[in-house]
Amino acid sequence: MICLPEPDAEILARRGAILAGLSKLVAPGNVIDDALRLKAYETDALTAYRQPPLAVVLPESTAEVAAILRYAERERVNVVPRGAGTSLSGGAIPAADAIVVGLGKFNRILDIDYANRCVVAQSGVTNLALSHAVADRGFYYAPDPSSQIACTIGGNVAENSGGVHCLKYGLTTNNVLGLELVTPDGEVLRLGGKHLDSGHYDLLGLTVGSEGLIGIVTEVTVRILKRPQTARALLIAFPSVEEAGATVAAIIASGIIPSGMEMMDRPAIHAAEAFVHAGYPLDAEALLIVELDGPAVEVDLLIERVTAIAAAHDASSCRASQSEQERLAFWAGRKAAFPAVGRLSPDYYCMDGTIPRRELPKVLRAISDMSARFGLRVANVFHAGDGNLHPLILYDANVGEELEKAEQFGQEILKLCVDVGGVLTGEHGVGLEKRDLMTYQFGPTDLEIQHRVKRAFDADLRFNPGKVYPALSRCAELGREHVHAGTERFPGVPRF
Amino acid sequence: MSTIAAQPPLAPHDTDELAELVRTHPRPLEPVGGGSKRAIGRPVAADLLDLSAFTGIVAYEPDELVLTARAATPLATLEQALAAHGQRFAFEPPDFGSLLGAERAQTIGGVLACNLAGSRRIAGGAARDHFLGFEAVSGRGERFKAGGKVVKNVTGYDLPKLMAGSWGTLAVLTEVTLRVAPVPETERTLLVQADTPARALEILTLAMNSSCDVSSAAYDPWQGAALRLEGFDASVTARLTALLELLGNAETETLAHDRSRALWIKHAGAHALADWAIVWRISVPPSHAPAVLASLEPERYVLDWAGGLIFAAYANLDPARVRGALREGHATLIKAPVAARATTCSFQPPPASLAAAFDRIKAAFDPNHRLNPRRLD
Repeated sequence: MICLPEPDAEILARRGAILAGLSKLVAPGNVIDDALRLKAYETDALTAYRQPPLAVVLPESTAEVAAILRYAERERVNVVPRGAGTSLSGGAIPAADAIVVGLGKFNRILDIDYANRCVVAQSGVTNLALSHAVADRGFYYAPDPSSQIACTIGGNVAENSGGVHCLKYGLTTNNVLGLELVTPDGEVLRLGGKHLDSGHYDLLGLTVGSEGLIGIVTEVTVRILKRPQTARALLIAFPSVEEAGATVAAIIASGIIPSGMEMMDRPAIHAAEAFVHAGYPLDAEALLIVELDGPAVEVDLLIERVTAIAAAHDASSCRASQSEQERLAFWAGRKAAFPAVGRLSPDYYCMDGTIPRRELPKVLRAISDMSARFGLRVANVFHAGDGNLHPLILYDANVGEELEKAEQFGQEILKLCVDVGGVLTGEHGVGLEKRDLMTYQFGPTDLEIQHRVKRAFDADLRFNPGKVYPALSRCAELGREHVHAGTERFPGVPRF
Repeated sequence: MSTIAAQPPLAPHDTDELAELVRTHPRPLEPVGGGSKRAIGRPVAADLLDLSAFTGIVAYEPDELVLTARAATPLATLEQALAAHGQRFAFEPPDFGSLLGAERAQTIGGVLACNLAGSRRIAGGAARDHFLGFEAVSGRGERFKAGGKVVKNVTGYDLPKLMAGSWGTLAVLTEVTLRVAPVPETERTLLVQADTPARALEILTLAMNSSCDVSSAAYDPWQGAALRLEGFDASVTARLTALLELLGNAETETLAHDRSRALWIKHAGAHALADWAIVWRISVPPSHAPAVLASLEPERYVLDWAGGLIFAAYANLDPARVRGALREGHATLIKAPVAARATTCSFQPPPASLAAAFDRIKAAFDPNHRLNPRRLD
């Protein structure tokens, strides 16, 4: 059971005055205080947990954000930053005594600079909008989290979001050049810019992935890349997970870094095939999708090399895409894996550990044993190139203790990831979800030092309270109203 | 400092001894791996902390793309181990030995602590982008770890980023984990004639904004613009053809693999400026380079990072001119006589709001200024 710090009764009692104070800082209509509209902000993509905030405020400028944060500091009110609310780890879930600062109105692209190959945007611009803005000149923004149609660049910065192409092109942190950060005391810091490297302590690098704990990002400068000339994919089936894993290792050892390398296990293959009819082989124990991009001559050469490696590892079938349509068909099943699994069960819970790849067979066997022990089915999809595992645990929240069992199952998987030399989260963040596991990966001194870094920005711990670091004395249980399959948040947003 | 020679060497054998020293030694400490970068920044009034016991590869798994080594392992040792498996550090650590006349080889901990990347920075990222995790002793003498030993990890604050570029002022790194990358099958470099920085920038920008996947783009007024292509042989050939087409009738010369490699080693280490007394390393938005150069008026310079990095050389030190030339970016005095470094801020002075944040970060790790006091001031 995950809980948030007990709300401060004194703050709750002053709600009216706080709302009035906030209203003076922003344009009319930009403070949300009625129960119905607050409900829209009560959770994110970790939908099992819900808590409406004290209020939501929607600033329209950096100066307004700074004014709100100075006010919150003076009034000692907690603050929860929010982009699109697509966090899978509960990073944007409010607290009852906190104001949510929503960046929805920070939706403008400020500067497209081809001479310096970068885009400057307000933090509420969606990930995909960045790529769209530069598509006509053949550029794009590389990190592509699956929720890219909805998630904001500010949220990507907070979570250091990845995506299927990050093996070759890096995570958010490797693609952000500059930030405007408003710290909890209302100070506006300009970090980085259109130049490279910071020249002093890398607060830019620290802020990326800080999960809304040290301030609010209002502006982001990202580097853009020229879109590769061509991309082709291979669909490779294996009679065992071991052979699929060995193939991934051999591809990398041969000096090839594919732009994407995804693995699915048998339950995931079957779920995806039943859902989208992508032509996946149903007799396979593991399926690999390997995507190669670059100049056509290079892609064709590497398709041949990877095909040879797969054959040497007893692949039962190997198909190379012969058209863009076929490439997309190969991906269709993988990209639909989450909703496809969602059809098998009223609910599913997506985990996100990273392991050294060589441990894959061992970890999958252990997950299979846990599945039998908990009596819950599991399907595994895997960013195979970088060892980032996404087990999808199937459960029905309306049946007995299944949600609790699913959570325990998930925790055991993540502990196993740490045990084999990996980490709790590869791309979804710690948030609320994995907070209480942090002591499993880090020792007391490791966590104390991270806490000191937080206090260097947020001395009285008002920013995104209860997230990432388990330092709670009192605890308040969160609402557990559950929404079933088909009515989940962002049903149109792909998840992979 | 000259007083150091008189001190008995402080050379802890293991992390516990190191932590004990940081906690109890009566004077501040200057952590030193290879000592190759001691001549950068303000001379430190502290006792030398010799980390040479912290050497050796802890784990290297080529097909996991991850290497863990003790922090004072010589870079050359790691590069040899990587080369044996056809791998390398993609950020191309530069060697400033010819510039600074360092007698000892640099270590991986030093490279990371100073966040130094070579010409491939624009395509391969900075040192910080490949720094996955570490173990260290803070300025309070606490042993701690951060990050991880896998290539994809967002668990907790990204403290490796904070260590990279901290120049040993926050903690003493004892063990580091890096991401590694395959060595490309081949590389070739196209030299293109360019008489002015403005013309050079035009060429660099044209190449960088093409689909040719240029991994380094530099300019030396004595040599022209240089564009590096790396990858599979067939791909490099195709991209070279495309690049030549793009450049029209510009005068060019193509360097094959070995000459190409030699050129970029010199470029990354700014060998061309070795004879000058004063050298600045200046990071700016690439498009600013011609204007910045016009107000810098260096006696000799080279450009790297598609115009975004300027090495500017002078006979005499004039910080006001350099600082005044930048609208955005930062300038580091990378070479200057010790007396000049004692009285000049070698690093870019931050604005007041940032300086306060830096002070709080410093206090979080090293509140009593035990490590490299005033090195960055």
